[in-house]
This record gives sequence, structure tokens and C-alpha cells, in this order.
Amino acid sequence: MKRIIQTTLAGAIGLGVAFSALAGPVDDQAAFQKYYESRFPNTPTEDFANGVYSILPEAREQWESIEEFPPYELAIENGEKLYHSKFANGKSLADCFGPEGAVRGQYPFWDKDRGMVMTMERAVNECREANGEKPYRWKKGKIADVTAYMSFNSRGQEVKVEIPTDDSRALAAYEDGKEHFYTKRGQLNFACADCHLLTAGNLYRADTTSPAFGHATSWPVFRSKWQSMGTLHRRFAGCHNNIRANPYKAQGTEYSNLEYFVTYMSNGLEFNGPAARK
Amino acid sequence: MDRRSILKIAGTISAAVAATAAFPRIVFAAYSQKAFKNPSVEDSLNQLFGSNATTPSDDIKLKAPDIAENGAVVPIEVSTSMKADQIAFMVKENPNPLAIVANIPAGTEAMVKTRVRMGKTTQVTAVVSSNGKLYTASKEVKVTIGGCGG
Amino acid sequence: MSSIRIKAKERNGSVDVKTLMKHNMETGLRKKKDGSKIPEHWITDVTAESGGKTVFTAAFNTSISKDPYLAFKFAGNKGDTLKISWKDNTGKTDSAETAVK
Repeated sequence: MKRIIQTTLAGAIGLGVAFSALAGPVDDQAAFQKYYESRFPNTPTEDFANGVYSILPEAREQWESIEEFPPYELAIENGEKLYHSKFANGKSLADCFGPEGAVRGQYPFWDKDRGMVMTMERAVNECREANGEKPYRWKKGKIADVTAYMSFNSRGQEVKVEIPTDDSRALAAYEDGKEHFYTKRGQLNFACADCHLLTAGNLYRADTTSPAFGHATSWPVFRSKWQSMGTLHRRFAGCHNNIRANPYKAQGTEYSNLEYFVTYMSNGLEFNGPAARK
Repeated sequence: MDRRSILKIAGTISAAVAATAAFPRIVFAAYSQKAFKNPSVEDSLNQLFGSNATTPSDDIKLKAPDIAENGAVVPIEVSTSMKADQIAFMVKENPNPLAIVANIPAGTEAMVKTRVRMGKTTQVTAVVSSNGKLYTASKEVKVTIGGCGG
Repeated sequence: MSSIRIKAKERNGSVDVKTLMKHNMETGLRKKKDGSKIPEHWITDVTAESGGKTVFTAAFNTSISKDPYLAFKFAGNKGDTLKISWKDNTGKTDSAETAVK
């Protein structure tokens, strides 16, 4: 039996989020941001970068206690070591990304030569491979420690994902990510937009869903649930599992395009990773 | 040495002895199986302090969430304006309720913060040992399984 | 490298200490993939010393979270040395020192 996949785009329009096939990404982002600002009027705009803690005071208190000495500090330390340790050929990640790896603000970006979205994790592994080293696994472990270090040094950089106008494939990738965000999937038949846009802030059993505006600023993340660091694509896969949909491969086209769209939607906020989350 | 100075010295010594006897001996509580590997709140207190007679006190500030975000890492804080020798924290529904005992030497504030594991919704109790007596403050912490958080 | 990270800041004669100790704090209840139990392995005692005396000690059960966190305050000054050490149930120990900022 073929499952009928509906988009919640219609629902989003119904709620006054002005998405039309003709509106450009700039308009999309403005409408997206405006929606969350009016749904959560007590949250200062820049605070959305703190995820669910920007809308839930009781959870925020616990998060602030954890921030007194957050578990991701151990990851930053380890990441720093890994970042500066020499490859067999004498170079290190610093030769690709500079002395502090403060490059979070440059990702994700549209790579015109290769016709794909380039993410920071992919760039790290490509640097390793270009220097004769084995790539890290994508979702946790060393990749998360290294990007924790790089993200930490990049804190405060503005999110300003660009969609170059001279390559229509870039817009297509953005639109692909956008469609992903609004498409229902899985046995539970939820779209990202269902929980994180239309009903953001509502309780699903004992979890309050976080606003999607601000979702992409704080990665990698130490999740209490994982008791370890994880990348954004690890979380995407986890979310898909939750709604009983088959997850896509980390750093594959689907999740890379989704990251492209989701990060674009947070344009104007500041990168604030790594972060501690529930 | 003349008789008067000997008596004076003896007097000083016995005053010192009397002083020690008047206050309970302060022992730094260390980890012990009897107190910690103990499923009973009352018995762990007995093993730890030699008594489980407690009195609730408003002078103890117990900070713990009403609803824990994640039962594996629940931030808690206990502080008191009383002169405390020890601060203990109990998680009633844990298999072994006694989670931590902190010793507060002179010159150290009667305050401790840590992160505790809680298996399920439970009453938590802060126990302060002050001048040989035990005082408590309690509250409930709800612990849930997310269900959708993954 | 030490498993202990220390932040110690003095203000008005009071040193605010925050410490994070890297340790799995195995409860003995977790199981490996083959069903066998991971043995309990946790920090049982923590001691803080400064200026030649003990300024804080604590005893832990397995219910203290992984990578234990401890915060306390004692009377002290900038530049004082603070040493924090722990002992676990297998007899393993570790320590770290820092200067109070």
C-alpha cells in the first residue's frame, strides 16, 4: 500500500506563514522568523539560538545549572588536541582551517564546482583524506570533539548562509531541504514542521518541542540522552527514528540539503555551539 | 613549679577536656558500604550519623527541579544558614537512597551542588547535621521518559 | 592528563569552586551487548585541600551522574593553591591542582 505523503505546506500557509512557490528564500526566512517571534513574544529574538530553553523557564534553570560546568568542555579539550595533532605527513587540520578553526560561520555553503552543499563535518574529513588520513565517522566521537572545538572558537559568528544566484542548483538544494522540512513521513506521519513549527512549544508526552528557528546554531551538541556529543546529522537521524521513519545517511544529500535549509532559516542569529541539551 | 601554677595548668586541661566532651565528636564521613549500599533511608542515616531522628527545617534551601529534564543528570543544590558539619542528599526511590555526603570544615560554606541520577519520580531530601542534630528539607522531583525526544 | 577540571574564583574572601571530574560512574546495573553486566566503577571519595588544610570532602554513591560535578565555597584568597583528589572503588586515584584566580 502506497503511503500518501502530504505536505504541511498548506497548513503552514493556513497559519499565516507566507510561503508561496514564488517567494524567495529571503522572504521565507523573514516569514519563518516572524512566525516564531509572534508565537513566543516573550523570547528575545537572539535567544531562540538556545532552543527549547528560550521558551521553557523551568528547563532553562536546569540548563543554566549544567552550563556552570558543561559536559561539552571535555569535548572541546579533546577536540583541541585532535585539531592540532599532526597527520603522518606533518600537517594538521590547522593547515586547512587556520590556527583556531574558527570557521563555523562559513558553513554550510553551496560548492559550485562540485554541485553540492558543503558542511563543516564534510570539510574536516575531506581535509583529513586530502592529507592521507582516514576520515572520522560522521555522527559522534572524534568528529564531534573536533567540531566542538571549532564551533567554540567560532561563537558569536553570524549565521548567514548564502544561496548564490548564478547557480540554479543551489536554490534547488535549498528547495529540496525546504520540502523535506514540510513533508510528512514515518509511521507517525509527522513532518519536521508539524512538531517544530505548527506546534512548537507543545508537549508530546513529556517532551516540549523546540522552535526550528534557532535549531542549527548550536551544533555539535552534548545531549543528556546520548551522554555524549553528537552532530546535527546524528540528531536528524534520531528524529527520524522517533517518528518511525527510515533515517537517511549522515552527510548524504538529503540531510545536507536539510541542513542548508534549516541553517538558512536561522540567518541573522549567532552561532553558539557547542551546546548542552536534554 | 609552685602549686598554684600546677593547679592553673590542670584547670586549663580539664576545661579543654570538658569542652570536647560537651560537643559531639565531628567525624569526616567517608564512603562506607553500610551507609551507601543501603536500601533504607532510615538505616542509611543511622549508619552515617548514628541516628535517624530528623526535624524539618526552613533554614535549609533545597534546589531541585520540579520536573527533571533527564533523570541521568539532575542538578541539585543544598545550602543552609545553620552551622553545618555535614550535608547529605537522599533520593528515596533510588535502590540506594543516599547519594552524597559532604563534609563542611570550619571556614567552608554550608553549601554543595552536584548532579544526581534519579530512576523515577521520587521524593528527595536534604539532611543537614548541625550541632549533633539532623535537620531536613524535602520535595518531589518528577522524572519522566520523554517518549518523543529520542 | 588529570581527569579533574577545576574552576576556582575568589571574591570577598570566598573561593567559589566548580569542578568536573571525568569518570563513567558505572552503577553496575548497565549491561553489555552480550547481556553481561558492566561492573560498578565509581568515585567514592573526593577531597579538596588548600593552605595546608582540608577545605571540603564528599563521599559519593553510584547515583552521582557520570562525569561528576561538585561546587562548594571556602574561605581563601587569590593565588592560594587548591588541590582536588578523588579515590574510586577500585582503589584508583587522581588529583589536580590549580591556583585560585
